Amino acid sequence: MATTRILEWCGRLYIWLLLAFLYLPIIIMALMSFNVSPFYQLPFEWTTEWYASLWLNDQLISATWNSIEIAIITTVISTVLGSAASLALYRHEFRGKKALQALLFPPIAIPWLITGTAMLIFFFGVGIGRGLFAILLGHVALALPYVIVVVSARLQTFAPELEEAARSLGANQWQVTSRVTLPWIMPGVIAGGLFAFAVSFDQFVVSYFLSTPGQTTLPVEIYAAIRKGFTPEINAVSTIIIVVSMALMLLTARSFKFGGEK
Amino acid sequence: MAGVQVANLSRSFGAHKALDDVSIDFADGGFYALLGPSGSGKTTLLRQIAGFDFPDSGRIAIGGESVERVPVEKRRIGMVFQNYALFPNMSVADNVAFGLSVRGEAKATIASEVQRALDLVQLGKLGARRPHQLSGGQRQRVALARAIVTKPRVLLLDEPLGALDKALRVDMQIELKRIQREIGITTIFVTHDQEEALTMSDRIGILRDGRLVQEGPPEEIYDKPKSEFAATFLGDANILRGETTGTGIRLADGTAIAAGAGATLAAGAKASCAVRPERIRIGTDSGTSDPNANMLRGQISKRIFAGNNSTYFVDRDGQTIKVIVQNTGVEKLAEGQKVVLRWSPESTVLIAASQDMD
Repeated sequence: MATTRILEWCGRLYIWLLLAFLYLPIIIMALMSFNVSPFYQLPFEWTTEWYASLWLNDQLISATWNSIEIAIITTVISTVLGSAASLALYRHEFRGKKALQALLFPPIAIPWLITGTAMLIFFFGVGIGRGLFAILLGHVALALPYVIVVVSARLQTFAPELEEAARSLGANQWQVTSRVTLPWIMPGVIAGGLFAFAVSFDQFVVSYFLSTPGQTTLPVEIYAAIRKGFTPEINAVSTIIIVVSMALMLLTARSFKFGGEK
Repeated sequence: MAGVQVANLSRSFGAHKALDDVSIDFADGGFYALLGPSGSGKTTLLRQIAGFDFPDSGRIAIGGESVERVPVEKRRIGMVFQNYALFPNMSVADNVAFGLSVRGEAKATIASEVQRALDLVQLGKLGARRPHQLSGGQRQRVALARAIVTKPRVLLLDEPLGALDKALRVDMQIELKRIQREIGITTIFVTHDQEEALTMSDRIGILRDGRLVQEGPPEEIYDKPKSEFAATFLGDANILRGETTGTGIRLADGTAIAAGAGATLAAGAKASCAVRPERIRIGTDSGTSDPNANMLRGQISKRIFAGNNSTYFVDRDGQTIKVIVQNTGVEKLAEGQKVVLRWSPESTVLIAASQDMD
């Protein structure tokens, strides 16, 4: 009995340590965004000054909006294209299919530093150059393989007879896809979309290579700001982003019950 | 409702001939079983009739209309799949409603038709359930309701009872037959279960290696098989091989076996006779009996008691003959005993030496 209780206690301790490891730095950062001292000095004195001054930091705000915009557009484009590609790979046999599938994976493994350099050279070569449009193109290219991998994995659990049954009942290709196949793979599509959003929103390396000084994304802007001298405004903007993105994640997870569907 | 005609249908997958010049006429309103071992082409034939796959050559007509190049969604067929293929994201009622809904029928019409179909399969109260909340037999009924609610011209069933346990399968056989009679729909049923084919269908087509071996009513195929394969695949049969005398065969040891049915053959050719195990009488006396009866002597090597009947394995000249005897409480034959087997020429079917026996 006693050993069971000790083991149980150890298990709980382990979970708490794990959570602490994941969340402690974030919590400290969030706390410091409310601290008067810009140099992490204690005792803690409550203030919302940094949030107020955040609204006056035009550069940081415009970079945040850029990041959000690019992440949303990247998510939409790469989720739609990636899901369609997964469906095509699932349904059709064609020449070079194996090669195409094999070539979809390496971009995930290639270091972003190299992809970023390659994109910079390529975009200059074809006349796209740098800027927000180049960043968007880059992010879509980075996110696509993730979406295809996740949606394809979900499609592996789909019974092909379901599409045949729908067709035998008179459904055309669009009706089969929208009413039978899509509802089944939706958790995969959502997960793929979240991946795409994360790849874009977190993206520093490729964005850094492709941005111009005035027009940039939040990670690049934060990096630039830190180099100039740290301000707690960074803590403030980071805290806002963490709260919003965690809320989004929890909502999605709740409404789609990942893996819990039969 | 409509009949289905299949004429000279062939389909190959690479070097494999899945269907080889198959022609069958499926009568309007009939219940037809396609029977064969796995790989015989029965499912390929069903999928051709459904329209999931197109033939290399040959014709398919539904209700007199050529459909061999018409895709499945335009053929107006109903199909029940082996694993039911119910849509997991929809309720039972929505599953059944699917065919009407993609057609754009009015909501009120859909609701009443769905209820009627669910009532027909005796699931009227379960419309709100999800497929995963149903038993195997109930899923089967939903799949059937979904297939017939659109009033298809023909109902195709791909081993629909294969996943059910035995007791449930017998229930469903009766149920399926009742529903089929009630709506009078032409039904084509793929199975590898000979008992199912015998008890349910008006006609049976036996397929082997992509070819139609024999086709006809169950009694006819059972009583007059045209090949050793048909004889042994549909029911049990003893096959005796020898040279034909025109009206029977002569075995290697010179014993003559008279056949009252089957092929007409020129004397001297290789041929065989098929006899059903339950048609053979077994006894110890060699005396009084019908002088026309076929007779063989042998020794019982094994007896299997199965309650209402017993199966005897009788060894004779290197061959084992199977005999099934109803348990009348009189016959008491032991293993090792020497016996005489008799059966009438009418129970003997002459079969030409076939290419289809390996």
